[in-house]
Amino acid sequence: MTSFKKKYINKSTEAAPLAVFRILFGSMMFLSIARFWSYGWIDKLYIQPKFFFSYYGFEWIKPIGMYTYLLFGVCGAAAILIALGYKYRMAMLIFFLSFTYIELMDKTTYLNHYYFISGLSFLMLFLPANAYFSLDASQNPKRAFQQIPVWTINSLKLLLGIVYFYAGLAKLNSDWLLKAMPLKIWLPAKFDIPLLGNLLSQEWVQYAFSWVGAGYDLAIPFLLLYKKTRTFAFVLVVIFHVLTRVLFPIGMFPYIMIICTLIFFDASLHHKILTLVAKLFQIAKTKFDTGKAYVFQKNTIGQLKYAVVLLFFAFQVLVPFRYLLYPGELFWTEQGYRFSWRVMLTEKSGYAQFKIVDGVSQRWFYVDNSDFLSPFQEKQMAFQSDFILEYAHYLKEYFENDGHQKVAVYVDSQVALNGRLSTTFVDPKVDLAQEKESFKHKNWIIPFKDEIKGF
Amino acid sequence: MKRILALVFFITLIWACSSDNGGEVPPADGGTDEPKEEPQEVSFERAPMLVNWADNIIIPAYTDFDSELENLTAAFENFNIDATTTNLIALREAWLTAYTKWQRISMFEIGPAESADFRFSMNTYPTDTDKINAHISSGSYDLTLSSNRASKGFPALDYLINGLGDSDEAIISKYTAPDKEALLTYTQAVLTDMNALTDQVVSDWQGSYRDTFVANDGASATASVDRFVNDYIFYFEKFLRAGKMGIPLGVFSGSPLPQNVEAFHEGEIANMLFLEGLQATQDFFNGKHYASTATGESLASYLDNLNTVKDGEDLKAVINNQLNKAREMVTSLDAFRTEIETNAPPTDMLLAYDEVQRIVPLLKVDMVSAMSISIDFVDADGD
Repeated sequence: MTSFKKKYINKSTEAAPLAVFRILFGSMMFLSIARFWSYGWIDKLYIQPKFFFSYYGFEWIKPIGMYTYLLFGVCGAAAILIALGYKYRMAMLIFFLSFTYIELMDKTTYLNHYYFISGLSFLMLFLPANAYFSLDASQNPKRAFQQIPVWTINSLKLLLGIVYFYAGLAKLNSDWLLKAMPLKIWLPAKFDIPLLGNLLSQEWVQYAFSWVGAGYDLAIPFLLLYKKTRTFAFVLVVIFHVLTRVLFPIGMFPYIMIICTLIFFDASLHHKILTLVAKLFQIAKTKFDTGKAYVFQKNTIGQLKYAVVLLFFAFQVLVPFRYLLYPGELFWTEQGYRFSWRVMLTEKSGYAQFKIVDGVSQRWFYVDNSDFLSPFQEKQMAFQSDFILEYAHYLKEYFENDGHQKVAVYVDSQVALNGRLSTTFVDPKVDLAQEKESFKHKNWIIPFKDEIKGF
Repeated sequence: MKRILALVFFITLIWACSSDNGGEVPPADGGTDEPKEEPQEVSFERAPMLVNWADNIIIPAYTDFDSELENLTAAFENFNIDATTTNLIALREAWLTAYTKWQRISMFEIGPAESADFRFSMNTYPTDTDKINAHISSGSYDLTLSSNRASKGFPALDYLINGLGDSDEAIISKYTAPDKEALLTYTQAVLTDMNALTDQVVSDWQGSYRDTFVANDGASATASVDRFVNDYIFYFEKFLRAGKMGIPLGVFSGSPLPQNVEAFHEGEIANMLFLEGLQATQDFFNGKHYASTATGESLASYLDNLNTVKDGEDLKAVINNQLNKAREMVTSLDAFRTEIETNAPPTDMLLAYDEVQRIVPLLKVDMVSAMSISIDFVDADGD
């Protein structure tokens, strides 16, 4: 145990990999924010809609009108400061808070990689990423260190390893492996991609993609860890992520992952990168090579930091398995689906028609969802039970304010999963206005008619 | 190693930046889990489907509508010269024929029709009778303005030839009264506007748009198939299901709105117009050539090709069966206006509406999911 602790936790190592990680992370985050802004998505996703879907317990987090732009501005500025390593800890805290706030404003836009960024930036709060090659280190030589404890780098490797490995585990199910679903639906639709287009409609290619994809996710953390397979593994990372970028609309995520995996390489590579950066911006790299080693404080605050990081990883390891606490098929109910690295696993769509019944006059009518939701929100709402419930409560409130009394809300919903014919998703006889959101099982979800085996 | 790395990176980057080129159309899915009699490589190409849509369905339907509209205009000219009951009846017949043909083309709101705001210009109902009367008495109006959508097109004609009085004599009397010129001029103006819009749409389709439409045979959100399927489903959901049945039934408002029935002033033909629209959407689904029994590549044959994906559940048959069931239910109804005005609640029509409604998720969820077409394309990242 002590030798483990020595080797993977306390041993000092070069700070350069963490510095490169910080610079690339900050730059990519700035680019991501700028890209999001330039596409007009702030307006489209956070200003225009009348209603926003909240995460359970975070109902108080909403877009803040035109100030939402300011929020993105702050987030982008913090990303630049992170890249520069200027007032790093404050910048990281602001970035973590603003980015997470943005993600919590509307769960319609939930993406695993946004969650990854939030988690990563939380972890980075505790890492001395400004110890080396940063403005902080340059301005305050007392706080400049060339060496850092090895756990700070290992924790990043661990987080990346968890993301990949869990994504791989999630693919070990009968739909993915035995039916090549949903790739069997998605790939043929990409027939117009140069070179590959013809192949994608071949069934063996769909199976190959499914199996190779699952194998890749499970194996890549280990291939990156071993020095002998590392370069090969990085080539795989680049090919895999660029391929997913070509095939699917997944934005910046592939590039972020490619850059993150550089952390697995030896410090020599990072020194080369930093030398290049130093030359480009005419920075004297040598002044950072102090030979000093950063040591975490041995006091309560230092201990507390370890505890928080340990808790963070316990959370990361356990939370993806929370679905085991719920009855029913995970892909169908999606209870415990988010925050679990279940990436691109299902082709799912739904249709939900809400019926409003006035409890006093007994008059009823259907809701035109486009009166309240954006097309994106409607699409996401139609197959996720927590969205359906939250929207039903909103409708009750809206129509009661509109003069109707004792409003009951029923939904006629059809959901199709991984190529199966659509079936009824929510019990149409249940008055959703009476149901409460909680972490408990939603017993008004009609059980899945088929069976999917596996994780 | 470094060079290989750089090369791989470079090639993939170029590749990443070179999507959305359209390009040739490769075969779609072929394999099955179960060996069938002929284990051949099945292929589906989108380009021939677009050709079939354009050349055998859309353009012939537009052309036919255009000539019916000319007949309608000719019938009005006769009536304009001599406002007799016979000529009024002939005018109504021509109006009804053209209105029926309209139901065949209303769903094609893409390209020229979309830019001409064709559907709203030709068939916004209920028509605004106050506005029409105001226009007639003032004599100054510009029917090309979108603010005048509800005072022109087929519904305005409905009012002008069916709604001006309780009997044919009463209507004729308006057209023979001393101030008849203003009324005739307005009717003329409505027809001129309809003709101008139709000529524009038809000539665009007969001209360059056909090739643009067919050539855009890729699989992006802006490709013809993806866009058209979206438009098709939008028509079915908003205009056929809601516009012709749901809204007058009051399923979105809580109380019936009989005045929102299509061809309200005529009062009897809303069922027929609905059924024609339903048949048009079904024929389109099955790729049936316009005014013919021949069929070509279609959404149905596309689904047939993808059917292996659905574990043998024949979605094409499921959709056709539901369309047939809906048609049977609607066929057995009285005139929509009668159903709504005499029954409270209009139970039979509500039950028929439910069957029409059941088609929507089949198209919007099952069909587009099988084809991997995104509905109401959302320009955002996925994961």
